Amino acid sequence: MMMPWSAHLPIAPILLPLLAGALLVTLDERRRVAKSMISLGACVLLLMLSLQLLARVGAEDEAGKAITAVYALGNWPAPFGIVLVADRLSAMMVVLTSILGLASLVFSLARWYKAGPHFHTLFQFLLMGLNGAFLTGDLFNLFVFFEVMLAASYGLLLHGSGPVRVKAGLHYIAVNLGAALLFLIGVSLIYGITGTLNMADLAARIPELRHEYRIMLEAGAAVLGIAFLIKAGMWPLNFWLPPAYTAAAAPVSAVFAMMSKLGIYIILRLYLLVFGADAGESAGFGHYVLLYGGMATIAFGAVGVLASQALGRVAGYSVLVSSGTLLAAIGVSGQGVTAGALFYLVSSTLTISAFFMLIELVERGQDAGANVLAVTMEAYGDADEEDVEDEVGVLMPGTLAVLGICFALCGILLAGLPPLPGFLAKFAMLSSMFNPGGLGMATTIDASVWWLTGLLIFSGFAALIAMSRAGIRTFWASIEHTVPRVLVIEVAPVLCLLALTVALTVRAGPVMAYMEATARGLHAPTAYIESVLGLQRVERREALKP
Amino acid sequence: MELVLAIGIGIMTGSGVWLLLRPRTYQVIVGLSLLSYAVNLFIFGVGGLKKNAPPILPYSGVANPATMTDPVPQALVLTAIVIGFATTALFLVVMLASRGLTGTDHVDGREKSR
Repeated sequence: MMMPWSAHLPIAPILLPLLAGALLVTLDERRRVAKSMISLGACVLLLMLSLQLLARVGAEDEAGKAITAVYALGNWPAPFGIVLVADRLSAMMVVLTSILGLASLVFSLARWYKAGPHFHTLFQFLLMGLNGAFLTGDLFNLFVFFEVMLAASYGLLLHGSGPVRVKAGLHYIAVNLGAALLFLIGVSLIYGITGTLNMADLAARIPELRHEYRIMLEAGAAVLGIAFLIKAGMWPLNFWLPPAYTAAAAPVSAVFAMMSKLGIYIILRLYLLVFGADAGESAGFGHYVLLYGGMATIAFGAVGVLASQALGRVAGYSVLVSSGTLLAAIGVSGQGVTAGALFYLVSSTLTISAFFMLIELVERGQDAGANVLAVTMEAYGDADEEDVEDEVGVLMPGTLAVLGICFALCGILLAGLPPLPGFLAKFAMLSSMFNPGGLGMATTIDASVWWLTGLLIFSGFAALIAMSRAGIRTFWASIEHTVPRVLVIEVAPVLCLLALTVALTVRAGPVMAYMEATARGLHAPTAYIESVLGLQRVERREALKP
Repeated sequence: MELVLAIGIGIMTGSGVWLLLRPRTYQVIVGLSLLSYAVNLFIFGVGGLKKNAPPILPYSGVANPATMTDPVPQALVLTAIVIGFATTALFLVVMLASRGLTGTDHVDGREKSR
């Protein structure tokens, strides 16, 4: 039996960047145009494929049930072999990754890719690791993709070199190597207790687990959780994050915004799969850690946003606010809250990514320190980085107006003001928190929900203050009145990402319906488990048999 | 045998964590290596300890699973060793770069001011 072409879709978002990255290694560094074109082509194709995947799993079959695309690697059925699983959540994350990947790649084509060797290769491998981690259905395979992504991210963080990046990279790598070891301990403990590494099989086995083994399982899950919480940036495991994200080159931090969301994704997936409502005694294990840890992260991030002088640090701490909000929402654990949180995830990732790129454009020429440095470099005849003649491309007309509008949009999005999706998402989360049984049902509200509401509003307020302060200083009170030289291909990605958030507002109804369907699937994972474990082997074609 | 393995893992983890928290880059990387050895042994341990038991089926005949050892942890350890080795090598390069750029082997890139 031949498999139809579309059956191979779940592996395509992993294979494509892998092949593109491998091909790019073989090309000489001097063939810049060819390398850029291959990289760009791979990203465009990746976006198209991931949209196909989204369309496939977003549809419903004849019985009105959600489709989960399962792909057995090496044709071994589920608990024995490794499977790739694409459901609504993973397809959405893959699409988001490809959008951000394409946007940052286009941005980097203006100048950043020249700052060091093998930019495109590392970039493709990062996309491969991210997509693989989103699509895999196996815990150990997750570790492998996680490491692929991390190894690429080490290289990308150091891209462009310099003492600041190397110092931030040193801390970042040390923390992440430690986290990888915790990951291994957690995975092996879980394997030792349950005898399986397949996520769906794990979820199916947990309800029957004997009482005396549960303590070991929960210990394993907790250790594993710490590894992901480090990645997601939960307080107090997040002190490495703002310096690293600030130090990285702009297009790199724009993709790194997605990397934090990988930690969130895995926690959301594993928590609801393994410790969901069907998990017997272990149901809801550790949700207080997520709730209060998330709240502490929001508070830490908001204070950090207020305290930051440089725009880069505002963005770094905004990543933490976003992570904290999502973790707390997972900790509250209701279907409606999850749907709102997913909407928030998409909108905040797009915002932060656009913001990281925007900062680089705004600060180019505005930063007093950079000006002094540029003058000094001119005086000494060393203009390596600011090579003006080397910049070919169309300059952006009306630069300051465009940048100002983008900045204002980012501010509105980060602060969660209406009408943009930052507000809609927070509203969706809060309204479900206060009406867990649906609108109009009288229920008692937990004190933690009030605290969370207060913190969410405070964090939005802090973002508003920080952004208006920075905006006034940059656009109105600027003493030098230097207009940064900005190319169209640098502004275009920022504009596109922001236009997407506007599109999310206009089409909020269908998007929210998708998120609600996703949340329904996550909170009742029976369909997911059944489709993974019920997958049949594909028979070989007659002609191939001896 | 279990006791010896447990004590060995414990000592290596303890030394590894202590070294990881030290201020010199060389100590940090040795600490990370020790930790990864400890973790690799730990992964072996979760499969259960058996002496002289093969992890793969014999070529012919029926095998008794009770006389065999669990092959999955061994496969995991193999992968973990390869990945750990690669990332440690990469970390070493970053440390050398840091040493070259800052002129010190302190993890913060500068000596503590007195």
